[in-house]
Amino acid sequence: MKRRLLMSAKPKVAFYWCASCGGCEEAVVDLAEDILGVVEAVDIVLWPVAMDFKKRDVEAMADKSIVAALVNGALRTSEQEEMAHLLRRKSQYLIAYGACAHLGGIPSLANQFPREQILKYVYEDGPAIVNEQKTRPQLEFKENGWHVHLPEFRNVVRSLDQVVDVDYYIPGCPPTPQITKAAIGALLQGKLPAKGAVLAPDIALCDECPRKASKPTDLSFTEFKRPHQKVLDPEKCFLAQGIVCLGPATRSGCEAACTKGNMPCSGCFGPTSRVKDQGAKILSSLSANVAPKEEAEIVKVLDGIPDPVGTFYRYGLAKSLLRRKGA
Amino acid sequence: MTNKEPIRIGFYICHCGTNIAGTVDVETVARYVATLPGVAVSRDYKYMCSDPGQELILRDIQEHTLNRVVVASCSPLLHEQTFRNAIQKAGLNPFYFQMVNVREHNSWVHTDRLEATQKAMALARAAVQRVPHHKPLEVKKVPVQPGVLVLGGGIAGIHAALTLAGGGQKVYLLEREATIGGHMAKFDKTFPTLDCAACILTPKMSAVRASSNITLWTYSEVVKVDGYVGNYKVTVRRKPRYVIEDLCTGCRECVDACVYRDAKFSDEFNLGLGKRKPIYMPFPQAVPPVVVIDPQTCIELKTGKCKKTCLEACGDRHAIDFQQKEEIVEITVGTIIVATGFKIFDARRTPYYGYGVYPNVYNALEVERLVNASGPTGGEIVMRNGQVPKRVAIVHCVGSRDENTNRWCSRVCCLYSLKLAHLIHEHTRAEIYNFYIDMRTPGKSMEEFYTRIASEGMHLIRGKVADVYPDPSDGAQGRLIVQAEDTLLGRIVKTPVDMVVLAVALEPQPDAQDVRRMFNMSCGAEGFFLERHPKLAPVNTFTDGIFLAGCCQGPKDIPDTVAQAGAAAAEAYALSCRGHIEQEPNTASVLDDCSGCKSCIPLCPYTAISFDADRKKAVINEALCKGCGTCVASCPSGSIKQNLFEDEEIFSEIEGVLAC
Repeated sequence: MKRRLLMSAKPKVAFYWCASCGGCEEAVVDLAEDILGVVEAVDIVLWPVAMDFKKRDVEAMADKSIVAALVNGALRTSEQEEMAHLLRRKSQYLIAYGACAHLGGIPSLANQFPREQILKYVYEDGPAIVNEQKTRPQLEFKENGWHVHLPEFRNVVRSLDQVVDVDYYIPGCPPTPQITKAAIGALLQGKLPAKGAVLAPDIALCDECPRKASKPTDLSFTEFKRPHQKVLDPEKCFLAQGIVCLGPATRSGCEAACTKGNMPCSGCFGPTSRVKDQGAKILSSLSANVAPKEEAEIVKVLDGIPDPVGTFYRYGLAKSLLRRKGA
Repeated sequence: MTNKEPIRIGFYICHCGTNIAGTVDVETVARYVATLPGVAVSRDYKYMCSDPGQELILRDIQEHTLNRVVVASCSPLLHEQTFRNAIQKAGLNPFYFQMVNVREHNSWVHTDRLEATQKAMALARAAVQRVPHHKPLEVKKVPVQPGVLVLGGGIAGIHAALTLAGGGQKVYLLEREATIGGHMAKFDKTFPTLDCAACILTPKMSAVRASSNITLWTYSEVVKVDGYVGNYKVTVRRKPRYVIEDLCTGCRECVDACVYRDAKFSDEFNLGLGKRKPIYMPFPQAVPPVVVIDPQTCIELKTGKCKKTCLEACGDRHAIDFQQKEEIVEITVGTIIVATGFKIFDARRTPYYGYGVYPNVYNALEVERLVNASGPTGGEIVMRNGQVPKRVAIVHCVGSRDENTNRWCSRVCCLYSLKLAHLIHEHTRAEIYNFYIDMRTPGKSMEEFYTRIASEGMHLIRGKVADVYPDPSDGAQGRLIVQAEDTLLGRIVKTPVDMVVLAVALEPQPDAQDVRRMFNMSCGAEGFFLERHPKLAPVNTFTDGIFLAGCCQGPKDIPDTVAQAGAAAAEAYALSCRGHIEQEPNTASVLDDCSGCKSCIPLCPYTAISFDADRKKAVINEALCKGCGTCVASCPSGSIKQNLFEDEEIFSEIEGVLAC
């Protein structure tokens, strides 16, 4: 592997985005002056957000001629799938970059709703919509000799590896400059772990959280508050303050960026390798520590979490064991 | 064996006579399993648990070089060990085995043969897919420390302690009152033989004191229990009695010398019917025969301004120590017998019987004291108004068999009511009226006892008493009317009596829940401690090494209590003699990947998890872990794994059961 990297003077790298907010692109730029080193070391062959390449340029390249393609964003449209397949074919390593490509991310919260309900809201019922003919996007359209196509809106949002084979994952919403740098470094030096690995520590966030020592043994939740409903103690464990924090169920590696900034962990690095369903795990752990034992009292405590799916599966609904709502 | 070796599974489905084969087509199941990947042999057999059945497995392991075995038969509770032993005999690790329950979970609960057969196939496939993931495990041996803690110094605790001490075991006998003896010490005579309770109890109490193997701590309570079977660390609070036990000779000169010339404080041992001084001995045969000072009433302890005549009387013995402080002691024992007894039902909870309102209404235990020659009246049945009753009603089932209070039958009340009827009649020649719902007198010699008492001319009225109220024609004499429906005659009776005796129920001790939590036991719905199995493990609890004796497990009479105490002693003795316990290796362990979030620690029902402050990670004490899996399921980062229940084992089992 190392030998192959050295053969080409400058390894070719591609960046691509799917259903993404652009934050992951920003994270690459966040490398600041380090990005110069990256640019120095690699030959960027595709980066739609920053540079002008065409799809046909990539199609023209030999298969596996790109060393690594970093794809961010979840996948919902046929166009995103097409690009994922293309980059898979052209790249030695396909890397899911950021929470959406890794786990489905925030876009996959749309899997709570049937496709038709989403389209109807967006094109008919939304408060800012005027669409008397109830026009919906068509897959193709012919006029004046022009034949135009639109990508298809699939039934569900998927993570990258639910569409194509993925070699590595760089987690985070967005990934931090540190783990991005470390991943690119490992890639260039050929020091990658076994295929399928998430390139971040496999231990939960509490391990590196500066508030760890203030976490009591017995939490016994009597209420849950959302961060804006309370003055947050800047040093005490959030769970001890009755604030839902996904730290215990979330991979570390972010250097506790949120908890250091006085906000609880919302789980963007995803679960450790040993967990199949991050949301179920934190739900099981928190609810087991709810103090009341009578149903009515329990319900009162749990009312403090008005959006459990959005809280526990904020970044991972596509990859969870929960099934999509029927069409 | 290495994991590289190809998996060769032997599958066996048991007919269990017609128990299984009558509902499940076992041959079809065996033929089907033979087609599954990894299965080298698949058979059905009449009785897998029989010797030929086990030998069949043994032979196949050798002839077909099997390295995994699945048996589909009854519940693993019954025969998992049998089959593990069998495959161990053949040289395989006993945990390369999985059992499928096609009897309790299948043939016994289904009627449709086709569906039951399909279910058996699905369950068998689940096991066949799971068992290749099994790892070789070892049964661990944990040593059992010598020493037994017996909690409670009633007849149950006394008997258990003496039995163990007789066998050479070191016993700590703990009692929270100042003397051992419990309820039995308060009884006058015992049914059905009418022998005197003290005559049979006090020799045993003295034997406790005399035994060099028994450390007797009265006035002491358990405050904390740590550890696990074979190695319990018990923290005991020894309350100050302000008298040095080793120096007090029990002469009671201090009691006579007390500045209170007359006894004027309510006497607990006599349920408030008599009086005692601030310094007192609960009753003459108390063990240890040592006085105790009540800090609530002693002038010196309350104000520090007493002449301390007791101290003068004690003289050179120097047994009185007003500076005594409570002492916290930690002991280590291998096993524990809980014999914390019962409390009597508070009859004020049935206000229609007038207890606590009409002075001539007594509960049965008070009457035991009134009848007793060493009781507050010297054995004369004299009521609070100074009169001897001429007509006495005994009301059965007060707080028993009553949906407003307790649903259970307290088992001893009919018999002790008959006994009290006899004793009151013997002392006073009064007319006795027993009001009962059903006369329940099972057990050896009990029915004969009932016949004997009935023939003595008691009035036995079958009817639940509805009301007790003052006789309006009586003025202020305190005569009462007992109103009931005589269900044999089908009419309401209103019986005027001088005295009412309430046959109160036996209830769990008020702090039974605290004791339950401290010792990690379970309770039934009524609050008595729960035995592990009502028939086959009646003195065991769900916590290994903790046993039950006496009424803390449920109402029972003295013979049954003593028998149960003996059984508990034998169980504890057996564990001590073996010297070790074998531990099922289905325990959980924390991986190095633990983030130290502590979520698991409060959830463990066996308090097996602690936090290692140096490594900042959770640690599971393997000896305490019972393999319940609570922590495994709740670990938010999946960093606890459990032997025999690893993810791949469970998921392949699920895939197997759903694969149809």
